[in-house]
Amino acid sequence: MSAGEHDDDQDDLRMLAIIAPDGSPIGEVDVGLDHGGLRELLRLMVFARRLDRECMVLQREGELTVYPPFEGQEAAQIGSAFALSSEDFVFPSFRELAAAVVRGVDPVEYLRYHRGTWHGGPYDPLERRFAPICVPLANQIVHAVGWAMGAKLDGKAACSLAYFGDGSASEGDFHEAANFAAVFGAPAILFCQNNGWAISVPLAEQTAAPIVARAVGYGIPGVRVDGNDVLAVYAATKAAADRARSGAGPTLIEAVTYRIGPHTTSDDPSRYRSENEVAVWRERDPIERYRRYLLAAGIADEAFTRSCEAGAEEWVAGIRAGVTSLPAPAPDELFAFAFARPPERLERQRREAGGIGDA
Amino acid sequence: MPEVTMADALNSALRDALATDVRTLVFGEDVGRLGGIFRVTEGLQEEFGRARVFDTPAAEAGIAGICVGLALAGWRPVAEMQFDGFSYPALDQIICHVAKYRMRARGRVEMPIVIRIPSFGGMRGKEHHGESPETYFAHTAGLKVVAPSSPLDAYRLLRASIDDPDPVIFLEPKSRYRATEEGELTTEGPGLGRARVLREGNDCTMIAYGAMVSRCLDAADTLAAEAIRCRVLDLRSLVPLDVDAIAESARATGRVVVVHDAPRTLGMGAEIAATIMEEAFADLKAPVERVTGYDVPYAPASLEHRYLPSVERIGAAVRRIARF
Repeated sequence: MSAGEHDDDQDDLRMLAIIAPDGSPIGEVDVGLDHGGLRELLRLMVFARRLDRECMVLQREGELTVYPPFEGQEAAQIGSAFALSSEDFVFPSFRELAAAVVRGVDPVEYLRYHRGTWHGGPYDPLERRFAPICVPLANQIVHAVGWAMGAKLDGKAACSLAYFGDGSASEGDFHEAANFAAVFGAPAILFCQNNGWAISVPLAEQTAAPIVARAVGYGIPGVRVDGNDVLAVYAATKAAADRARSGAGPTLIEAVTYRIGPHTTSDDPSRYRSENEVAVWRERDPIERYRRYLLAAGIADEAFTRSCEAGAEEWVAGIRAGVTSLPAPAPDELFAFAFARPPERLERQRREAGGIGDA
Repeated sequence: MPEVTMADALNSALRDALATDVRTLVFGEDVGRLGGIFRVTEGLQEEFGRARVFDTPAAEAGIAGICVGLALAGWRPVAEMQFDGFSYPALDQIICHVAKYRMRARGRVEMPIVIRIPSFGGMRGKEHHGESPETYFAHTAGLKVVAPSSPLDAYRLLRASIDDPDPVIFLEPKSRYRATEEGELTTEGPGLGRARVLREGNDCTMIAYGAMVSRCLDAADTLAAEAIRCRVLDLRSLVPLDVDAIAESARATGRVVVVHDAPRTLGMGAEIAATIMEEAFADLKAPVERVTGYDVPYAPASLEHRYLPSVERIGAAVRRIARF
């Protein structure tokens, strides 16, 4: 399968794929999910895309600040997050709203970040085992490895998964995280969503070797997977998670996918890539191919796909209502959380800001 | 009374913290079988095992970054940076995450992390081995910054830092690692954010932290021979800063000299002088003086004595304001 203009030189690399872009099965379709689970993957992708598009609209209406859309990457995020257990811990970067939905994070809570009413941890990270949004590139991969080291010390059968992009793989923290994970045998999954572009820089100008090939250098397994094939992503992540939880250590997964939209709502991709390239990737749409597969295999019917779409409309309407009525944080919250035991000096500033005065 | 070095006192603090709380971890470069290049972690791996006291790859951003993940998993990481000048790769993780995580997560997540950094000059070290990074950390909201001056207080402060629910950058004055003090190691006494008066005097206050405290005590001895009686205030922590103790000393003596080995511009001296202006202006008898390192990169070994505040420079500053 061609991976498109952005990584033509990597076409001959082996890539795990189960469902072809036309919906026909090309690999082992039994990934251990029953029909209900298989249908749930489609429902989640349909819901997530509808939410992503609504977020773009909300941003254009001025209801959200800058928003980074994930359209095109639904299979990469949902296939991977769906493979994890409730004991596992996810460390996102900043484009993983679809994964957050799978983890049960309330989208309205999550969108407080994009509404600008709080920073990247507006939900409870410990309850949903979904770390705060991490904007500086690749930092969260190290956190995921630290968490995995801690889980291993506790003797827990749990793993962490860090999401990062192809651009983040150039950061030093990617290297340090991969090396620590390997040295300590940490139960961590380093999950790269290679979407072809780091804002305007194509993969070929980002790195001279395939990202998955780096795994060899750390002494850990590397898996390249069709990131638009939700079953392949699920199977690869499930295998890595089982491996991690069994004590066999970390895995690097490179999910080859594509960002259909701009980097963020502030970006203009027409300045750096062609419509033709986008059109090629639209043909590999992760949702349509999977829908075709489920219909052809008799796992879902048209009524189910229609119910997904109707359900998504209703769900997103509720989210819109919730987001647009999010309250501004109380002024005192500026001071409330920086320290568990705030310095007296900060308490004085808090009183000054509150207009109470400082005796 | 037993006599301990600061390195031994810090070693005991780590040992007692590891023994007290099984969630405490100690790690860094060469802290395991070597016991740290300054021997501060000596014997800890043998006693507590390789799971809780371990060597890491030589990667400071990684060391700081895993602290965040370990804290999320419910551990209390105590990490060592090998030298001040090698800690800078960790700044990204410290500034972006260690300091900000609690606020980002609306207080639902604690970051009870201690990052120990052998710091400051006075060791005739090579370049990158005599840095004073305290302002970087003190200016990063969300961190606490501690700098002990003596062995017994180093024990007390490190135990308090490990017990604290907030992240603490613990700057160890490496030139004082072999300094000794008599007394029992105890957690009793002033906590984080409380300065202490180490010498009483009515004519002038010297304010310092870390290695410069003993330099001030030496200068105070010299000045006493001239009948200039100096109070010496050891800040102990820069965040929290003991504003009340600084103000009280400024009011009591009317004259203040701040001493640190960091470069002068935007150093702690500037902050302390401004604080005194806010708190005790009416009681000042002279402008606040700063005796500091110069605004140059740290000196090579053979020029170190010209760079660091000396007893002579501190004495000269006190005499200047005593005559003001």
